[in-house]
Amino acid sequence: MAIEKMDIRKEMEGKLIVVEGIDGSGKSTQIRLLEKWFRSREIPVFLTEWNSSDTVKQITSKGKKKGTLTPITFSLLHATDFADRYERNILPLLHAGYVVLADRYIYTAYARDITRGCNPEWVKKVYEFAVKPDITFYFSVHVDIAVERILSGRPKLKYYEAGMDLNLSNDPYESYRIFQSRIIDQYNSMVSSENFVVVDGTMEIEESQKFLRSHAMKLFEPSSINSRRSISV
Amino acid sequence: MNLQLTEGKKLRKVHFYGHAIPYLEDVEIKGKFIVIEGPDNSGRTTQIELLSSKLEADGHGVMNAGLRRSELMGEGIAEAKKSYILGKRTMSLFYAADFADQLENKIIPALRAGYIVLSDRYIYTLMARDAVRGISKSWSHNLYGFALKPDLLFYLDVEPKELAHRVFKKNSSLDYYESGVDLGLSENMLESYIIYQRLISKEFKRMERKYSIIPIDGNRDIMEINIDLQKRIDGFLTSN
Repeated sequence: MAIEKMDIRKEMEGKLIVVEGIDGSGKSTQIRLLEKWFRSREIPVFLTEWNSSDTVKQITSKGKKKGTLTPITFSLLHATDFADRYERNILPLLHAGYVVLADRYIYTAYARDITRGCNPEWVKKVYEFAVKPDITFYFSVHVDIAVERILSGRPKLKYYEAGMDLNLSNDPYESYRIFQSRIIDQYNSMVSSENFVVVDGTMEIEESQKFLRSHAMKLFEPSSINSRRSISV
Repeated sequence: MNLQLTEGKKLRKVHFYGHAIPYLEDVEIKGKFIVIEGPDNSGRTTQIELLSSKLEADGHGVMNAGLRRSELMGEGIAEAKKSYILGKRTMSLFYAADFADQLENKIIPALRAGYIVLSDRYIYTLMARDAVRGISKSWSHNLYGFALKPDLLFYLDVEPKELAHRVFKKNSSLDYYESGVDLGLSENMLESYIIYQRLISKEFKRMERKYSIIPIDGNRDIMEINIDLQKRIDGFLTSN
C-alpha cells in the first residue's frame, strides 16, 4: 500500500457533550449556558450546531430549492453536513483537548431518518465513524408543551421541518405535531441503549443548568481524566 | 412515457446490495440496467454513445445516467472539488447523496418504464476511491446498500501509462483528484497519477467477484472494444 493504514488508534483528550431533544425542549438555551460556564472558567470550548456547515449549505441550497428530497437524499445531505463538521471541527478539537458541545448529534439523525422510513441499521452504520459522546443530555418534554412553545408565535413552518413529506396531515401544524411525537418515540427507544441522561424539559432554566453542570463536572474529576478513551480515525 | 416501447415486456423484481430504500423494496421494472465503469479517458463515454446509437437503431428506448449529474447537487460537487477543503468522509457522503438522487429520480423511473439504462460509472468507482483513501469497505458497502444491482457491469481496464498518454493528448495537465494528489503519493504528479490509477485498478480487481464485474481490455482501439461490448450486450438481450 502506498498510503499508511488510516485506522491508527489515537488518544482523545477532549470531552464531547451533546444535547438532544425535539425543538422547543429547551436544549439550545441550556447548551449555550454551558458554553458560557466553560468560557468563564477558561476551559477551551467549541459549540457546533446541527445542519450548520457553511460549505455544505452553500452547495446544497441550490439543490434543496430545485429538487424534492427523498428520505434517503435527505438523510445523506445531513450526513454530509455532519461529516464536514466532524472532520474539520469536532474530531480535531477533541484531539486538541477542547470541550466540544454539540447541539444535536447523531441521535437526531437516527430519530428523524428512522421516522422518515430509512432502515435503522443502515442509518446507524452510516454514522458509525462518529465517536460516542461523553455525556448525552436528553431533554424530555411532552409533545404538547414543546409544540406549544414553538407554535405559539404561529411561525411559518418549512416543508421538511413540519414533516410534510411524510403525508401525515395536510395541515402543517398538525403534521408537525404528529412528526414531533414520532421523533419522541424514537428518542425514548434510545434512552437506555445510548446512555442518555434524561433532563426534565419543564424545569426552570436555572434548575436545569445546575443539573447539567453537576453532571458535566464529573467529567473533570481526576478519575475520569485518567480514563482516556481511544477511537479509530 | 412511450407505451409502445414497453409493450410485451415482463415486470420483474429488482435486487439491491443491502438495505434497500424501504418504499422501493418491492418496485418492479421492465427495463435493463447496464453499467460501464472505468477511469477517466478509458473510453467510457465514447462507448456509451456508440452503444446508445446502436441500441436505439435496434428500436430500444435508451437512457443515459452517470455520476455527478443530479439536479440536486451535481453542480455543488463540482464547486466543492475546486476548493479542496472537504474531507474524505464528507466527499464520500456528498457523492452518495448525488447518486441517491439520480437513482430514485432518474434510473429507477426509466427502468420501470422499460428503458435500457446505460450508466457512465456507478457506485464501484465511488467505493474504490473511498477504499484507497482508507475508508472501510464494509462502511461503503452499507452506504450503497440502497443501490440496485445492474444486469451487466463492465470495467474498462486500461494501463495507467496509456491513460496518461491519452490525458496529455487532450489536456496539458493531469487532474488533481484523478492523480490522487490528496493522498500525498508522490511529489511528481505523473508518478502520483500512475500510482493512484494502479491502486484504483487493484480495487476493481478485488471487487470483481463480489459484484460480478466483467473486465474489458480497454487498451484496444475504440471499434474493437465496441464490437466486444456490443456482442456481450446483444447476447444478454436476446437471452433475457
